[in-house]
Amino acid sequence: MKNSKIEQLIHQDTALKQALGDPRVTRRDFLAFAGAMGLSTAMGSALWSGRALASMPKRGGHMVSGLNDANTGDSLDCGLFNATYMICVSRAFRDSLVNVGQDNSMEPALAESWEASADAKVWRFNIRQGVEFHNGKSLTTGDVVASINKHRGEDTTSYAKGVFSGISDVRVDGNAVVVELADGNADCPALFTDYHFNIMPSKDGVAESLSDAGTGPYLLKEYNPGVKTVLERNPNAWHPDGGALADSHEVLAILDDTARQSALISGSVDVINRPALKGIARLKKVKGVNIVDVASNLAFTHPMRMDVTPFDNMDFRTALKLSTPRQEFIDKVLFGYGAIGNDQPLGPGFASYDTNLSVEYDLDKAKHHLKKSGHEGVTIDLSASNTSYGGAMDAAQLFQQHWAKIGVNLNIVQEPQDGYWNNVWNVKPFCTCYWGARPVEDMILSIAYLSSSPWNDTLIKNARVDELVVAARGELDQAKRTAMYQEVQQIISKEGGTIIPAFGTDVAATRDTIGVGEQIGGGWEMDGGHFLKRWWKA
Amino acid sequence: MVLQRFGLGLLTLFVVSIIIFVGVEFLPGDIAEALLGQGASPENVAALRHELGLDRPAHIRYIDWWAGVMQGDLGTSLANRRDIAELITFRLSNTLFLALTAAAISVPLALILGVLAALYRNGIYDRSVNVVTLGAVSAPEFLTAYVLILYFSVKLGWFPSLSNIDANTPFIEKLHQATLPAVTLMAVILAYMMRMVRASIINLLASAYIEMAHLKGMPKLRVIVKHALPNAWAPIANIIAISLAYLVVGVVVVEVVFIYPGLGQLMVDSVSNRDIPVVQACAMIFAGTYILLNLTADIVSICTNPRLLHPK
Repeated sequence: MKNSKIEQLIHQDTALKQALGDPRVTRRDFLAFAGAMGLSTAMGSALWSGRALASMPKRGGHMVSGLNDANTGDSLDCGLFNATYMICVSRAFRDSLVNVGQDNSMEPALAESWEASADAKVWRFNIRQGVEFHNGKSLTTGDVVASINKHRGEDTTSYAKGVFSGISDVRVDGNAVVVELADGNADCPALFTDYHFNIMPSKDGVAESLSDAGTGPYLLKEYNPGVKTVLERNPNAWHPDGGALADSHEVLAILDDTARQSALISGSVDVINRPALKGIARLKKVKGVNIVDVASNLAFTHPMRMDVTPFDNMDFRTALKLSTPRQEFIDKVLFGYGAIGNDQPLGPGFASYDTNLSVEYDLDKAKHHLKKSGHEGVTIDLSASNTSYGGAMDAAQLFQQHWAKIGVNLNIVQEPQDGYWNNVWNVKPFCTCYWGARPVEDMILSIAYLSSSPWNDTLIKNARVDELVVAARGELDQAKRTAMYQEVQQIISKEGGTIIPAFGTDVAATRDTIGVGEQIGGGWEMDGGHFLKRWWKA
Repeated sequence: MVLQRFGLGLLTLFVVSIIIFVGVEFLPGDIAEALLGQGASPENVAALRHELGLDRPAHIRYIDWWAGVMQGDLGTSLANRRDIAELITFRLSNTLFLALTAAAISVPLALILGVLAALYRNGIYDRSVNVVTLGAVSAPEFLTAYVLILYFSVKLGWFPSLSNIDANTPFIEKLHQATLPAVTLMAVILAYMMRMVRASIINLLASAYIEMAHLKGMPKLRVIVKHALPNAWAPIANIIAISLAYLVVGVVVVEVVFIYPGLGQLMVDSVSNRDIPVVQACAMIFAGTYILLNLTADIVSICTNPRLLHPK
């Protein structure tokens, strides 16, 4: 007995050492492996960090990153952000009121602390004192109010209007900013982690969106949209320890996948985002390169307009859901970088994620539902474009093959990239689409799954969902909220009009001189957009 | 005559500006929709349109744009509200730098290879030069670029795969960074120029005065360089002008692969963003380049062959 225990330990030790020595093993692989060997995540993490060259956070140095998702038309106006490049740059030279930490908890930023009224309707954010913008102006509560109001009101151009539409009033009270909501919302602080929401200096009550003065740990030294950004440490930062590790950054816009990859391999850059998944197996084998991946709540959705025949028939929708090959979608379209989805939009990154909810691939059941719907042999159009997500055209073909097995003929309509979100999405009865990750459940549900939602792309009108979402929003008891959100997940999965075969994974690649920390934040790729501050160069 | 051609050039520019403006107007969606993307609500779009002045009728916007241009003001980019002149100066100087570097390598090389090919025509040298240059021009630019990157930057590490240049990059460093892009471009234009030089010279070699020179006992190389080449300048100047124009306007693929911050990428992004003032400004520069280079080529032709002034 004793011997076998020792033997087991020796075996464990050898196996773990082998895994540690294998340059192809990613942190996530290793942790999963260590878990299988009976180690706790903490122990696995500790071992893993021991392997990485860049194990201890180190201050100083110059980091060069190459990011795609940039455009020569990019501007500093955070209301118009919708892409990773600007989100990361802005998070480096500006601050928000609240940050999502690497462990996905709410961390104070320019709001030192906050408290809510009992009904979660009135929120008081205490603003940090003695903070200066890069241009020397002191941060005032007025700047915070102006920065919030930028996203509110009739004539706002902000993309985040929907996020802040629940706010009925914002006012100053001493050193605090008081936010009043129309309905209670226990997640109110999370609204202020949104990447559109950066604190900007204001003039006459209007936020100066194009100003390069922020309060962040870096100064914006050079900004050339779609080309390059240079950041240097802000000697006057309010943040503990300066709020950032590397002394300076160069952030290059590298749109071409191959160019980004060869820049990393040749060592011209230290970090890239979104290495092309098609070649990732080869990239993993390159010496000196690490793959950094983190599960995301990004959902690959396929909304059906539920007022159009045959999508108005629940049995028909169920038939499609049951005959959708989820694992194959992950293997072939996402090259393994994804988690199985269950036709509801809340991903596995949420604490309330219902792990028991799954939609099994079952052709017999699917045929049964199809027969019941009376739409056997029907031909439907799927409007698809790789604009909606990379690989959408491949996914459409995969669906075509599998749905043919139950007698549904899928006609793939390749839509033009230009104007896809205006002319196809929310217009065509069935299309390919994606929804980016949001920090809290309510942001997704309120925006797309209520009868009154502005972007209700499936036209779902379910009284129970409406009721639950509103109730959960104002519920401060975590257990009760979780139960409510799980019921919502079950209803949408069963009755809803969208097929979500998988949730995405955010993938980045680094040189092995770059340290990324024990845990990487979600919410958005590149450590929630905070990687410039959090990652370091050994 | 030069003045007349110049006037016609301006007229062409005017027509081009109308075509571009109307063309971009015809594309589906406008900048407000393009910028706001998937999450745009109708109110958002309307507010942004109003802010950018896009709710005014198209002809008014077009006339406004001309009024600005006449006063030397190219306006501001609708996408990022930056001064277009500023946006373009940086990129135009990069584009011109790359074009000149590529031309500085390719033009002399094409002339030498072409003359030698004419001299040893149909020989093994002629054929191999033809095969190599035509092979290079047939490979798509991105392939050439990737192959160069693979060998010279990933494997050998001689040149960077990224052209990370800005206004303060020293000249030698700039040259180093622009080497691979310039070589890629050379691969594309060399064959045209080389073959044109070869063809024009061979054409002339049948002339009576060349035969005379041969009969005098002149060495072959001297006959070609001294007697044939001067008369072949007209077509050569034309092909060089067109190649140079291509170097300025058609290098977007090379820019993308090497992350070279030139005008091409700006134009492509601006079209997809429907950023009309920027598209217009780029188009004017591109059209102007063609017109100027063509004019120069014609002047060179006429200078070397004044007979062209008096067509029969």
